[in-house]
Amino acid sequence: MAELLKRLTEARGVTGNEDEVRGIILELAAQSGAEVSVDRMGNVIARRPGRTGGKKIMLAAHMDEVGFIISSISENGMLKFKPVGGIDQRILLSKRVRIGKDGIPGVIGVKAIHLQEPSERNTVIKQKQMYIDIGAHSREEAQKVVEAGDYASFDSSFTPFGDNKVKAKALDDRAGCAILLELLKETYDFDLIACFTVQEEIGLRGAEVAAWHVEPDMAVVVEGTTCADIPDVPEHMYTTRMGMGPAISFMDHSSIADPKLFQQMVETAENHSIPYQIKEAIAGGNDAGSIQKSRGGVRTIVVSVPCRYIHSSSSVMDLNDYYNTIALVKEFLKGCETR
Amino acid sequence: MKTLLAHLTGLYGPSGKEEAVRQAIQQEIKDYVDEIHEDVMGNLIAVKKGNGSGRKVMLAAHMDQIGLIVTNIDENGFLRFSNIGGVSPFNVLHRRVVFQNGVTGAVSYETELEEIKNLKLNKMYIDIGAASREEAKKLVQIGDIAVYHAPMADRENRFFGCAMDDRAGCAVLVETIKAVKNSPNELFFVFTVQEEVGLRGARTSAYSINPDIGISLDVTITGDTPKSRPMAINLGDGPAVKVKDSSLICHPMVKNLMIQRAEEAGIPYQLEVLEAGGTDSGAIHLSREGVPSGVISIPCRYVHSAHEMVDKNDLENAVKLLTRILENEIA
Repeated sequence: MAELLKRLTEARGVTGNEDEVRGIILELAAQSGAEVSVDRMGNVIARRPGRTGGKKIMLAAHMDEVGFIISSISENGMLKFKPVGGIDQRILLSKRVRIGKDGIPGVIGVKAIHLQEPSERNTVIKQKQMYIDIGAHSREEAQKVVEAGDYASFDSSFTPFGDNKVKAKALDDRAGCAILLELLKETYDFDLIACFTVQEEIGLRGAEVAAWHVEPDMAVVVEGTTCADIPDVPEHMYTTRMGMGPAISFMDHSSIADPKLFQQMVETAENHSIPYQIKEAIAGGNDAGSIQKSRGGVRTIVVSVPCRYIHSSSSVMDLNDYYNTIALVKEFLKGCETR
Repeated sequence: MKTLLAHLTGLYGPSGKEEAVRQAIQQEIKDYVDEIHEDVMGNLIAVKKGNGSGRKVMLAAHMDQIGLIVTNIDENGFLRFSNIGGVSPFNVLHRRVVFQNGVTGAVSYETELEEIKNLKLNKMYIDIGAASREEAKKLVQIGDIAVYHAPMADRENRFFGCAMDDRAGCAVLVETIKAVKNSPNELFFVFTVQEEVGLRGARTSAYSINPDIGISLDVTITGDTPKSRPMAINLGDGPAVKVKDSSLICHPMVKNLMIQRAEEAGIPYQLEVLEAGGTDSGAIHLSREGVPSGVISIPCRYVHSAHEMVDKNDLENAVKLLTRILENEIA
């Protein structure tokens, strides 16, 4: 199980460049017996026809992760770059990255502390001032391995640590992708269509066309969500708490949960004694925003795995939350059979 | 109009929880329409069939109102909240609010804050008089939504209270449904959900209906109060024919039709350019391959406060104008 998470989180798949992740998912979804296809945007659609058919339930998790795109190469061989998706510029300095198809290693640099003016030391260094150093001496040399438009992702390994925790990049939303792959192993009465979407981080774009294509009766979105149960944050702004179970959203900036599905999800957790929490914020948005508004409207619900330091090179997740999310959504889907 | 508006604005209906409003409107209109149903998002769609020669027209007014959604309950029973739609900290400060189950509370803030201009919603809370988390949880759950507690008041032609945005539009649509006698057009009256959080109900209902023309009814701000920002809309000077806002540029055919119908019947009207804000027609006009759309706006002071103020004549003239548009051929 951890092997699956390791493989998915270490794969590189910045928004618009999800090929490597897509390859892994295509392979694993097909292994589980699903009918797989890729649409024009690059979404993976994995279908598991139901025993009785009829109702169509869509699951969605996004394949893309936040990262960078190379914007230009300076004369001395340094790469200027732009963020792709929401990234806190304060976390970038000295981070290792991998660039382009071949995964050229690089490091994000800025002038060292000795060269900074006292005023500079007290202000946040802007992303614009940073560059990626790939060890090239000149533009010509750099251009042999990198060109403008290449993507770069954090270079960060999947590492289990502490009390059943893991550290990795891209847990948002490879955790969701891994959960969908687990759920695809079972057959239900209804048709289950798992959509591994592209371009969520820059505007829920893949989900919009996937939902149009699938035309589901309802949808469950599985996400990695923010978790701020850390020092210096007042308790009412924690959003979620690590280890307290999957977080069920009543609302976020992109959608309001269908009230019946919300109730159904909470009851499923309680009836099966699966730990859960209610996401205590309406921050963020996810694929449900696109899916809910598709065609004449789709009932949606979002379940998330809490992730500390989300959108960074070192996100942290509790494996218990991960397993409990699988259990919760699985029981929820079984419950949908009889409804 | 006064009784209807007092009834509708007194109902609980933040985005996503529009049940009470939907039921009340359904009661009001069910004897005046040919078909009525609720869709998957919760939009109420009522149809008045035409004679087959006219156009398919979608009329929209949103049922939902802004609100405060509980995100956390602390050990002393104070409720932290976030916004549903455009909620200004200053508009809700020290207001009384009410939950769906009738529990009321007062909105206050962390008074160690040095500068009141730095007030943000995450420095605020709702006090429902509970002494502990346990006590509070018996009354309110995380995810519950509070709305202003402000029953409608009136003086002469002026009505004021919460949720005029957009129960005033709903009232105009209800009265129009009752007023329209013979229309060549097939009319889809849609009371939409989730407008305040992004025109969501209008988007999905427009897709299902697939109309030829879209018209929504919503409130707009005025520029007639002391030292207000310039805005060429006055309360009582007539319904406004929208030219544009940040969600759409009204289709010239629809806009000109509104002007023409107002002028030939001597109905007062104003032209509206709203610099910030949008409404359901913003979603309708982008549905499928595009829908020519416009908006009739009801001038309203203090939008999104607990005391939104509208004028009776503007409402009645909006009904007259809309009825006249719908009863005639639409090119």
